Amino acid sequence: MGKNHPNVDKYVESRVRALESLLLEKGILPVDAVDRVIQRYEADTGPLVGARAVARAWRDPDYKRRLLGDSRAALAELGVEFDMLRVVENTPAVHNMVVCTLCSCYPWVVMGLPPTWYKMPAYRSRAVAEPRKVLGEFGVEVAESREIRVWDSSAELRYMVLPEPPAGSEHLDEAGLVPLISRDALIGVAEVRLTPPRG
Amino acid sequence: MDGVHDLGGMHGFGPVKREANEPAFHAPWEAVVYAIMRASMSNGLYNLDEFRHGIERMDPAHYLRSGYYEHWLDGIARVLVEKGVVSAEELERRTEFFSARPDAPTTAAVRNLPATPAPSFGWLAEPSERAATAPPRFKPGDPVITRNIHPRGHTRLPRYARGRRGVIHALHGAHVFPDTHAHGEGEQPQALYSVRFDAREMFGEAAEPNQKIYIDLWEPYLEPGAPRG
Repeated sequence: MGKNHPNVDKYVESRVRALESLLLEKGILPVDAVDRVIQRYEADTGPLVGARAVARAWRDPDYKRRLLGDSRAALAELGVEFDMLRVVENTPAVHNMVVCTLCSCYPWVVMGLPPTWYKMPAYRSRAVAEPRKVLGEFGVEVAESREIRVWDSSAELRYMVLPEPPAGSEHLDEAGLVPLISRDALIGVAEVRLTPPRG
Repeated sequence: MDGVHDLGGMHGFGPVKREANEPAFHAPWEAVVYAIMRASMSNGLYNLDEFRHGIERMDPAHYLRSGYYEHWLDGIARVLVEKGVVSAEELERRTEFFSARPDAPTTAAVRNLPATPAPSFGWLAEPSERAATAPPRFKPGDPVITRNIHPRGHTRLPRYARGRRGVIHALHGAHVFPDTHAHGEGEQPQALYSVRFDAREMFGEAAEPNQKIYIDLWEPYLEPGAPRG
């Protein structure tokens, strides 16, 4: 994106408006649909639902069991209705990361819209073939003794990583933990640290 | 189809480029495309598998040099024209209209807005799980081998995972089968499994150490196999 030739962008813009106007006219696109989309995602809290679930799992072992075994019930407790989430847990022996090699499947119900890099060929091609190298670019070093599990979201199930809590966070309650849990940690390309994450 | 969208394991795309503080949409038209996608799915103009297959059939060179929402635009327009919702000619005429008059409001080309109640608009995708019509062929722990298939149509068996030995990790129940659902051949629900592969099975000597790959695969993609992974 942004790398297109300016003329290509102009053409795309005109084509979008052409389609928009035709679908308005045919009674398919509600007049306020675009405003609703913008409103929703401007106010969008991104990965907040996922971060709340993770923070609660770190503080409440019963909740963690539900999140890993019955995510539908665990999300319902946070007021979110979604039964296709699978949560995979990072441990000292296992590091998980999530990709969609065929398109861009992403658990946006709990994590907001995906970042552009998640949708672009570099990540989608490399995450399955050289995850350690990709993680290195994200600043995450995974020892060879630790197994990497890459989850390729090829069906309608959606994957979220339950990262490890950062050392030294024992004194924090759920509300204090939530801001530390980044979108990237839930995708499995970042660790959670005590200093607040970027992006 | 063996299309450009099937990127797993390809070389040459360089480092992952990240953007700090990325906005939800990079241009207003991206939000419009998003709204069009939701509205057309909510109104049953096409299903998710038809939408994906619409994108897969983009010109490969165009796919690689364009971004996500341009993929959506291209796929949506293709499917809506195929389904007769809009004609290629009217879409082209209106595109020319807005190219010539970039400052005209979108409604400038609308002949009349329908007085009918607003069409439906939903946020959630339709669930894909269905009642099973047959007992699952495999159970967790079973060794399987993926079929080496190359259908011209839609499939969710990635190229890098064909003809590979893996192990059933979990059964997810029966789900709508994309290979038929994308082609007007019905949902034909099939057992869906999480299958575990050792990365060496895909990438041989080039694989990184100590890596597993988990892929969700429908039963017709799988045959009983000898164990590895």
